[in-house]
Amino acid sequence: MAMIELTDVHKSFGTNHVIRGFSTTVSAGEVVCIVGPSGSGKSTILRCINGLESYDAGTITVEGLKVDRAAASITAVRTRVSMVFQRFNLFPHRTALENVVEGPIFVKREPRAEALERGRALLARVGLAEKETAHPHALSGGQQQRVAIARALAMQPKAILFDEPTSALDPELVGEVLSVMRSLADEGMTMVVVTHEMGFAREVADRVLFLDGGVIVEEGRAQDVLSNPQHPRTQDFLRRVLHPL
Amino acid sequence: MEAFLKQSAEFLPILMQGLRLTVIVTVGSLALSTALGLVWALMRVSGVPLLAGTAKAVVNVIRGIPIIVQLFYIYFVLPDFGISLTALQAAIIGLGVAYSAYQSENFRAGIEAIEKGQVEAAQSIGMGWWLTMRRVILPQAFKIVLPPYGNIMIMMLKDSSQASTITVAELALQGKLIASSTFQNTTVFTLVAALYLCMSMPLIFLVSRLERRFGQK
Repeated sequence: MAMIELTDVHKSFGTNHVIRGFSTTVSAGEVVCIVGPSGSGKSTILRCINGLESYDAGTITVEGLKVDRAAASITAVRTRVSMVFQRFNLFPHRTALENVVEGPIFVKREPRAEALERGRALLARVGLAEKETAHPHALSGGQQQRVAIARALAMQPKAILFDEPTSALDPELVGEVLSVMRSLADEGMTMVVVTHEMGFAREVADRVLFLDGGVIVEEGRAQDVLSNPQHPRTQDFLRRVLHPL
Repeated sequence: MEAFLKQSAEFLPILMQGLRLTVIVTVGSLALSTALGLVWALMRVSGVPLLAGTAKAVVNVIRGIPIIVQLFYIYFVLPDFGISLTALQAAIIGLGVAYSAYQSENFRAGIEAIEKGQVEAAQSIGMGWWLTMRRVILPQAFKIVLPPYGNIMIMMLKDSSQASTITVAELALQGKLIASSTFQNTTVFTLVAALYLCMSMPLIFLVSRLERRFGQK
């Protein structure tokens, strides 16, 4: 079943035409990784899916609901599709637990006790049960990103968008975040991940899209695209990412 | 010195009546300017061109007219339009409106200093504009806004003396009245200055503490 559907999406920033006809369908339970050089429009397409960015042409739907950031229905879209950001974007004035329960209590109006109980369980799930009263500034980057994942999960979303979730982390902290993401994938969460972690994409993704110049240059099963790329631009990109020297 | 103390004992009770009015004018106009300033600031950052433009125009008009003229306008002109206010009411409204412009610029700077990622995180969990303001932006902007807010308080305390121009017998005017009837200029105005200092020094101290506490993140 189509969870997220994008049809011929176009987006320009001024005269810069960054997305030039992007179409794909993400099924329930599917893990899709979007890879490609910087400036190829990866993050932009992700941000269009939950309406953080508007798009100029084409359609995006989430469970059949049209994504229109100017419409009231955008709240319904955003409670179905959560997002994890490159720079975590935790609320610095609230503790880890408060960050996690903010959406359930104030957006979804869940009873406080219930939300807190689930929030604690989610922090435990990302391995941070003992950090519930810590403020973000007291946490490492990897811990902050795991709180951010718990915050996304707390909305009980149908899908989660990850925008380069490990790019701002020190190398030794990348693993703890990727392993949480892998466990989500194993449990059947629908995920769209913009990433430079080719190892993760190869192991976890059902499908990989290679984006360049605002269009999908190549797509297919992760093993195929990443191990045996057909298009010269994909081959060139992967060579440079995997063997930077 | 003995004469000074003796005169002080005589003048202080009268000056205290003026001080009471000074505090009322300051607190009243502070509350009004804070509320109005927040409204202007929220209109400015609302993203709605009509609201933002209106707020910008209002703030510029207020900033472009001297406080004393605004006071005259409210006290002497509004009665022509059937709105009669007591001098005290006019002083509170006049100073409150005049200072709302500075409050709004301060609030807006605080709101705009919050990282864009905070707004996006709030939106991504389905928060609307108002909820984002209330739960995410304003609590963080509060700390940024606080030290300048303290400075505005000090300025308002001193500018409350402008209420004397529309006959509010606050501290400065009360002093002038005593001085002109007793000719004890030195004693009276030394007392008046000391009383202002008694009120402003704690505020100045408070502001420098706030700046040290919130200055570096």
